[in-house]
Formats: sequence, C-alpha cells, structure tokens
Amino acid sequence: MEKIFKNVSLLSATLVLILLIGIFSVLFNNSKLAIDEFGFNFIVDTTWNQDVPVLNTLSKTAQNPAGVQMLDEYGDPLTKTIYGGLIPIVGTILSTLIAMVFALPIAMGIAVFLAEIAPKNISSIVGIAIELLAAIPSIIFGMWGLFYFAPIVQSFVGGYQVSLLTAGLVLGIMILPFMAAITRDSMNTTPDVLKESAYALGATKFEVIKDIIFPYSKTGIIGSIILALGRALGETMAVAFLIGSVFDLPRAINSPTVSIPVALANNFGEASGLAESSLFYLALLLFIISFAVISIAKFYFLRKAN
Amino acid sequence: MRLLINKIVLILSTLSALIGLAFLAWILITLFVKGISSLHFALFINDLINGGLRNLIVGQFVMAGIASLIGIPIGMLAGIYLQEYGRGKFTTLIRDLSDIMMSAPSIVIGAFVYAVVVIPSGGSSGFAGSIALAIMMIPIVINTTDNMLSLVPRELREAGIALGASKYRVILDIIIKAAKVGIMTGLLLSFARIIGETAPLLFTSETSNYFSLDLTEAFPSLTVSIYALANDPVQASRDLAWAASFVLTALVLVINLIGRYITRHKG
Repeated sequence: MEKIFKNVSLLSATLVLILLIGIFSVLFNNSKLAIDEFGFNFIVDTTWNQDVPVLNTLSKTAQNPAGVQMLDEYGDPLTKTIYGGLIPIVGTILSTLIAMVFALPIAMGIAVFLAEIAPKNISSIVGIAIELLAAIPSIIFGMWGLFYFAPIVQSFVGGYQVSLLTAGLVLGIMILPFMAAITRDSMNTTPDVLKESAYALGATKFEVIKDIIFPYSKTGIIGSIILALGRALGETMAVAFLIGSVFDLPRAINSPTVSIPVALANNFGEASGLAESSLFYLALLLFIISFAVISIAKFYFLRKAN
Repeated sequence: MRLLINKIVLILSTLSALIGLAFLAWILITLFVKGISSLHFALFINDLINGGLRNLIVGQFVMAGIASLIGIPIGMLAGIYLQEYGRGKFTTLIRDLSDIMMSAPSIVIGAFVYAVVVIPSGGSSGFAGSIALAIMMIPIVINTTDNMLSLVPRELREAGIALGASKYRVILDIIIKAAKVGIMTGLLLSFARIIGETAPLLFTSETSNYFSLDLTEAFPSLTVSIYALANDPVQASRDLAWAASFVLTALVLVINLIGRYITRHKG
C-alpha cells in the first residue's frame, strides 16, 4: 500500500513534466507544416492569408528578374497562400507594453500604500478589495472595457474604440491588482529592524521607502513586474474584445490590430491546413516567449529575492 | 523640502490605491446596474435557446466540476509527493515547471487540447473543455498543497512515524488533516479561478444553445456564450450577456469571499 501510494503520487508529479513536454511537442508537430513552408521568415512577415503568385525562380530573365509566373494544369496563374506572424507578434508586444506603462506606476503606488502608508485595518480591507479585482474573470474586463471604458478613451484621443490603446489600457487595469499584490508581498519581506533604524535616524517615510525598502526588495519587485508582464503577454479575453482583431499593423496607437492570443481565439475554430498550422506556429511562439519570461521572473529574480 | 517630497509621494501613492479601488467600483457598479436590470427569475429556468441561462450555468459547473474531479486528486498527490517524498533535483524541477505552468497562457492550453482531443475525436466536446480546465487547475492545486503541507510542523510527522504508522498513513491521517483548512481554501480558490475561464473553452467545448449533459458533444458554456452574446449587435443579446456576467462574477467573488472567511476564522 505504501509503495502504491508513493508511486501514484510520483506519477502525478511526473505528469507535470509530461504535460509540459507534451504541450511543446504537440504545438511543434502541428506547426510543422507552417515551419517547413515559411521557416523563421514567419516571424518577420507581415502578410496574413494572402495569395501571391508562384514564380519559377529557375527562369529568371531580364524582364522578369524574380522569375516567370507559373501556371497550373488549366493554364491559370498558380498562386499560394502566405501566412506571416509579424502583425500579431507586434500587436502582442505593443499591447503588453502599453499595459505595463499604464499599470506599473499605479501598481507601485498601491503596493507602497498597502505595505507602508495605510494603517493595518485599512491596508487589509484595501488589500482584499485589490485581490477581489484580481479574481474577476478576464472576460468581464473585456466587456466592461468595450462598452464603458473604450468610448471614454476614444473621446479623449479620437481614433477607433477598438484599438491598440484601449486594449493595452484594459489589459493594464487587469494586471494592476496582480502586480500590486505580489509587489506588496516583496516589499513586506523587508525586516522591520532596518526600517525602524532608518526612522530612528530621522528619515521620512519616503526616504525609508526609497533608501531601505526599494534597495532591499529590488530583485523581488523586478521579478513581480516581469511575472505580471508574462501574464499580460498571454491574456486573451480582455484583449479580444478591444483590439479589433484585424491583421493590420497599427498605423497609430488608436487604430485596431491583433495579438497572438486573439488571433488564436478568433480564427482557430474555422482554420484548417496551412492556416491552422500557422496558428499553431503562433501558439508555439507565444508559449516559448511566455515560458522564457516567466522563468526569468521566477527563477532569476524571485528566487534570488528569497 | 524633504517633508514636502515625502508628503507628495504619500499623496500620490494613496491616490494610486484610490484609482485601483475606483476601477473595482466602476466595474462592479456597471455589472450590478446592467446585470440587475436584465436579471429575472425566468433566466434560471430557461435555456439559451429560449433566452435563458440555465443550460449555460449548469454546463459551466459540470465542466468545472469534472475538471476538479480530474485535477484535484492529481494535483494533491503531486503536491504530496513534492513535499513529503521528493528530494533533490527532480523535485525542484517539477516544482519549477508547475510554477511556470500556473502562469502559462490559457489559450495555448486550449490549442493543445484542441490538437490532442478535439481533432482526434472529430469535434468539440464537454469532455475536451473539462480536460483543458483540468490542465489549468493541476498546477494551482499542486502549488496550494505543496505550500500548505510545508506549514505542518515536523514534529507531527515524527510523532506519527514514532507510533509505528506507515508513511502514507501519517500523510493521510495526520498531515493532510493538519493542513485541511488551508488546502480546502486553496481548492475553493482554484475552482473559482477555472470556472471563470473562457479562452481554454473557446475551441474545446465551444458552447451550445440547448441543455446538455452529453460530454461527447459541444457543451453549453457560460463564458463562451458571454463572448458570443456580447459581440452580437442585437440589444437583447447584450442584455443577456450582462445578466450572465453578473451571475458569473457574483459566483466567483462569493466563492473567493467564502475562501477568505474560512481562512480567517478557522485557519
């Protein structure tokens, strides 16, 4: 019995490893078609679902330096469909960037407020409220953002209601509580003795925060920020309502575009063949990027902090 | 000057907290006002096809429930292994990977389940949706179990072993019991987390207008339907989406508050 229990629990633990390897290899296998077709060029190509003429590169002439248009068996021009991932990649990075720029100062403010400024009972009530904000499903943020937040943003900056900017801001509001909560936890690791010594020397609260708490919990805070960034990169629903889901590079901050998770969310069901494989390729890229970002946050910064 | 800077910074930081609270209030008030005005009793006895939410609420609970049936035992056993049996590099590796998976993009897990369950089985199903949610849940449960067991004092383990109990008896009868409250809370919160998920269900379970308990077919999902209804230009659909959002959020927040209450009063 003892042996069975131990082995079953070992098996359950190993399942995590199996799942992770499974996810990686399944995504890789399913994107093989697109990887073979487009290679790494996929990452820098801005065309999505466009037919281009197939050229015979062996028959270059002075008139046709790229090669002659190839024809199919009926004599019609032969075309192939091109998928490139640059637009969703750029959309993901830019929306995350906007979210971080917006959320970072506010989250730091909240963390400082919770850890240092507020009296204990207020801190715990506000802390619970902030954590409840973190528990609200992301689809609610998306819906609220689309119907109530985006029109207000639009009235200030013009452009479209569904845009990179509104998507980024709502994403920022969504990661705000998460970022604030884990940053506060990092700040709380500062020993009281250090703070009290500084106060005894006549330091103001701001000086204690700047010269004692920040330096002491710096790695933890950076780790928390990067972890929030990792969350933002992969967020789907809050962004899906607001980014517009069109495969165009954003011409301005207030014009619509698409991100990797949203491209997956809105196109996966109907796609097949090369289109589906290209979406898997995007999923694979997203998985690798967020895996890397989260690992750096957890194992470089947060571990060093503890 | 020093005092002035101090004052400014303190005000700015208090202001940030107010901004955070203002967003929470704004979202909750919107939900409440829009939700209450579209909410009526008939929503709970009719299915989506008749303009109600019954099948969606049941469907979401069934999928989250099945996900829990799969995810909780696996996650708890894995957590027990990490804390009670595991030693050395392998344990550290599993703990790290589980930590990473906890933050992995949920849409990617949806894509994974689409590839391994939906494509081979020929279509979306409640079963595929449940698997996707279970995969989301496992790392959360592992993390909770691992953390809660680490709080159990060493002496309890030693006392159990000294009485001649085998290790798994000590774990099941003493250690788990000692960490019961914490683990229960953690499980409750992880349930709250997955029941509000949309992205992993979009192309695994999809959703359905009809009441269904058949896990081999496209399955009614509250969240997926909210996404569809909210993007529908018809005002009645949008009102229904708000009512559904209100129900979902109330559910998630109530489970969260219960979890917090348990920790505070029994922990």
